[in-house]
Amino acid sequence: MVADMTQATPPSLEHVEYVLRLGDNALILGQRLSEWCGRAPVLEEDLALANMALDLIGQSRLLLTHAGRLEGKGRDEDQMAFLRVERDYRNLTMVEVPNEDFGRTTVRNFLFSAFQVLLWEKLVASSDSELAAIAAKSLKEARYHLNHSAEWVIRLGDGTEVSHARTQAALDYLWPYSAELFAANPTDDAVSAAAIGPAWGELEAAWEAMVLPVLSEATLVVPARTPFKTFGKFGRHSEHMGHLLATMQYMQRTYPGATW
Amino acid sequence: MYTQSLSIPDGDPKGPRKVENPEYEAEFNARIDAGGFIEAKDWMPEKYRKTLIRQISQHAHSEIVGMLPEGNWITRAPSLKRKAILLAKVQDEGGHGLYLYAAAETLGVSRDELTEGLLSGKAKYSSIFNYPTLTWADIGVIGWLVDGAAIMNQIPLCKCSYGPYARAMIRVCKEESFHQRQGYDLLLQMMKGTPEQREMVQDAVDRWWFPSIMMFGPHDSDSVHTETTRWGIKRISNDDLRQKFVDATVKQAEVLGVSLPDPDLKWNEARGHYDFGTIDWEEFWDVVGGHGQCNVDRLAARNKAWDDGAWVREAAMAHAEKQAARALAA
Repeated sequence: MVADMTQATPPSLEHVEYVLRLGDNALILGQRLSEWCGRAPVLEEDLALANMALDLIGQSRLLLTHAGRLEGKGRDEDQMAFLRVERDYRNLTMVEVPNEDFGRTTVRNFLFSAFQVLLWEKLVASSDSELAAIAAKSLKEARYHLNHSAEWVIRLGDGTEVSHARTQAALDYLWPYSAELFAANPTDDAVSAAAIGPAWGELEAAWEAMVLPVLSEATLVVPARTPFKTFGKFGRHSEHMGHLLATMQYMQRTYPGATW
Repeated sequence: MYTQSLSIPDGDPKGPRKVENPEYEAEFNARIDAGGFIEAKDWMPEKYRKTLIRQISQHAHSEIVGMLPEGNWITRAPSLKRKAILLAKVQDEGGHGLYLYAAAETLGVSRDELTEGLLSGKAKYSSIFNYPTLTWADIGVIGWLVDGAAIMNQIPLCKCSYGPYARAMIRVCKEESFHQRQGYDLLLQMMKGTPEQREMVQDAVDRWWFPSIMMFGPHDSDSVHTETTRWGIKRISNDDLRQKFVDATVKQAEVLGVSLPDPDLKWNEARGHYDFGTIDWEEFWDVVGGHGQCNVDRLAARNKAWDDGAWVREAAMAHAEKQAARALAA
């Protein structure tokens, strides 16, 4: 943190944007996973989902605090999490769509945590020392999320006819959203040039190499790429995002200025 | 969290019958009289086993159902720190449920049977969770009062005669103490805040105070615990525990700056305790009997989770069988 505060040149807008994307992904998926509390198929999964939600909320706190400092407008983690308008959130659309069922939740956790693992592995060597430290901590968590969700994708895909059909439907629904992960953009170019972090598009081949064998073992068919496009990480979200924010921001919006 | 009165009957749990034997029973009683523990493989009277299954499973069910009223506020927690604390807390409750079910299983009953008891409405859970959580302050008050009452009830159980239950309770009590401090801290922060925040805390205290002191169960005069006391399961009476809780809580309320909603609550110099007003036992029995605001919703939520998850559990079993068959064929 100190290193960033004393940088000779102020952090670039792209740098802030990049960290916000990371923080918002963790925040919004953490919010979604916390909706499972008390509702999972078995008690052990209730605990596991709460645990993953807790890891992600923890990551979001570190990342949003860091983004707030880089931004230099005096915003803390809660102002970042609760008091922005929808267009200012930078999470992937994939993490904001509803949980639907345990199948979709599990496939999403799998696709996203594989991406997170690859990202954190790179970010451990970030020129932003604070981000590198957050990456080192988060990498361990993401690896656990990946192992856990991969095991469940296989169980569900290779389980019963019903579970196979539901998991295939989840993959069919989510797969088109995965294109957004790797879409090129100027933010990534600038951040990559400054050795802060990888352009996400660089991770696509490694991500596919990670997820495809598991999907195959789960006997699932990977859908062909379609022209479907989403733009959550650029601040244009789905219809679901406003409802998620209405719930999440309720207290901060109702009692402005209160400390909790 | 906690199961309340220990004298509320469930349905009859199934399990292996054991021969009643006066000689064994004498040994069993002697061990309890000497302050020793009974372990899973030891001989025990059938009624002792059934009583424990009922009590431990009611306790486990309470932990699981208790996740719902608190879970109601996770997605609306007002700060990321509080969201993380609440998530961790509710996860702890689920963990308590898990190892309490495991403790019950040592008595020869399966978790599925116990779950079936809960879902059918045959088994009881603590009535406190049939009250709604209406504001964020309820989360703090549940930590302070409900977990506080639970701890008061549970500390004696750390020395109960059944070893697996006593050991589970040691861990549960440690975590509950932590939850209580977190709940109190949440309220302290709110009391330092705006008038609206302070009103929210007072309103929550007004709603939760009497239900919390009902958690100790009926008055001793209306409660039969002869055998559970004889067997070293219940060490301290309902009224004694309730008094201890009231005495400890009045001072905490003063520090917090809230009033407790009982005009008859005052220090009695002669008794060396606080006197308090009449408890509305009709309300207590109404809620126990299924007529609380949330009884139907809580059970429906548990049933929905179970039914919605059936395909997942079936898939896990089917996959495990396929794996076993593949291993055999290889």
